[in-house]
Amino acid sequence: MPKLVKHLLLIVLPLLAVFAVAPAVYQNHLLLFNFVIFLILAQGVNIIYGFTGYLPFGYVGFFGAGAYGFAIMVMHLQMPAALAVLAAGVVGVVLGLLLTPLLRLTGAYFAIANLAASLAVLHLVANPALESITKGPYGVSLTGTFNPTLAYEAALVVLALTLGAVVYLRNSSFGLALQAVREDPVSAAMAGVDVVRMRMVAWLASALVAGLAGGVYAWYVSVFYPDNVFSGEFSIFAIVFALFGGVATILGPIVGVLILYGVYNLIGFTTPQYFQLIYGLLIMGLVLFLPAGLMSLATRRGWHVP
Amino acid sequence: MSPDAAPILNVAGLVKRFGGFHALDGLSFHVAPGEILGLVGPNGSGKTTAINVVSGLYAPDGGEVRFEGQPIGGLASHRLVHRGINRTFQVPKPFMSLTVRENVDVALAYGRARTAPPPVAQLLEDYRLGEVAARPAADLNSAQQKMLDLVRALATAPRLLLLDELAAGLNPAELDWIAQRIKALAAAGMAIIVVEHLMGFIEQITDRVIVLNAGRDIFEGKLAAAVKEPQVIEVFLGGEHAR
Repeated sequence: MPKLVKHLLLIVLPLLAVFAVAPAVYQNHLLLFNFVIFLILAQGVNIIYGFTGYLPFGYVGFFGAGAYGFAIMVMHLQMPAALAVLAAGVVGVVLGLLLTPLLRLTGAYFAIANLAASLAVLHLVANPALESITKGPYGVSLTGTFNPTLAYEAALVVLALTLGAVVYLRNSSFGLALQAVREDPVSAAMAGVDVVRMRMVAWLASALVAGLAGGVYAWYVSVFYPDNVFSGEFSIFAIVFALFGGVATILGPIVGVLILYGVYNLIGFTTPQYFQLIYGLLIMGLVLFLPAGLMSLATRRGWHVP
Repeated sequence: MSPDAAPILNVAGLVKRFGGFHALDGLSFHVAPGEILGLVGPNGSGKTTAINVVSGLYAPDGGEVRFEGQPIGGLASHRLVHRGINRTFQVPKPFMSLTVRENVDVALAYGRARTAPPPVAQLLEDYRLGEVAARPAADLNSAQQKMLDLVRALATAPRLLLLDELAAGLNPAELDWIAQRIKALAAAGMAIIVVEHLMGFIEQITDRVIVLNAGRDIFEGKLAAAVKEPQVIEVFLGGEHAR
């Protein structure tokens, strides 16, 4: 059996199945939905950071843009929700295209510029002068499309697409070439790889993923403010989850989300007063002892991690 | 060597400036299929810059580079690779976290070789990387990483191969071995340009050398003749030796 099929059958399908039946047996629907959103965002970070080395500190910019893209389509064009989610993805890609000049930067400079870009989008959307289009800082209310059950299912579809993309990257020469670009762009060009185009494709793919996620998020919560959907927490969480598990793998970001977001909620329910202390220590420990993520425990032993 | 063959690469009056510094200042040379050409000269004379321009890392500021009759100056590296030019680096640049075999797989998948390159297993065996094929490139020593650079280049089946100080750091036995390998590649019709400081190695493998000084070619011919040329002695050893 080819590895690609194996990964789809053994990782992607079971994960989707669990989250598809979970609402029937577990009451906290919002929590499950947030898990799915973070699984999508962590894999989106994986696509751009894991496979090309660009750390998207302003990743939430695409997410927020997607959420507002959804809202605008629904408010002004009365678009059906499912279609508006697709439009949200397009908004993410368009923002990605606008920001492609950032790819000239590397390392910390890229991360900072990307963060600044996401803040710029936030302040554009929240500008009171644009109230007639975005409702400015006063937030949007989309009661007409409110349907958590359908929105949850749409989130699962987006998760399936995202995981499919990562499985493809993990098992194709395209993904290998992306990693080559991450390791050494000059050598990658000498292997015949069009470095600029490769980076662009990965960048737009991860922007698409975040835009779609923002769209389903807007659909699910239906009432939100700019500060909610452009919250830096989305970027930080998605990056930390992906890094905790280990990037450039399929399993890493999944494990990262399940463990860290699980712990996050567990502490939040049981001992909220120690929440930031425990969570902070956990992340410090990770950075100190497992900088390459949990999956590196296995790869160090020479095991192949899908 | 086939001295009568038409040159595959023609460089004429090449200029490359970095700010006010002229790294290349009117460099001209050519190389024919099957020929091994040496580029020699003191540090800073422009040898590596010449290779970087020919392989597309830098765009030239003047002059002409023609490959198989077509002007190629300023084309992106990956396009030159697709046309049949490849190179190794002075400091080897493998994809460190990928395995040795994956390093080569990238070049096989994206190199668009016009003639089928030898099988990967064969290439890795030939350059003594067979046993480490499944290891990350970061685990290799520097000599092995140089060989991996070379194998990656060969996987694109280049017709012009640029070797930037491939021999530096190899022991005498390895030098003999790689010299035979390079000669065999040329014998099969590949044009090869070698930048090297080891004169013994240059003498062993090249058909002809170009001596560079301050970004210009000051001598063309056999290495044995070059070392008798006063101007060449002057740039290498200083004026008082050139009598």
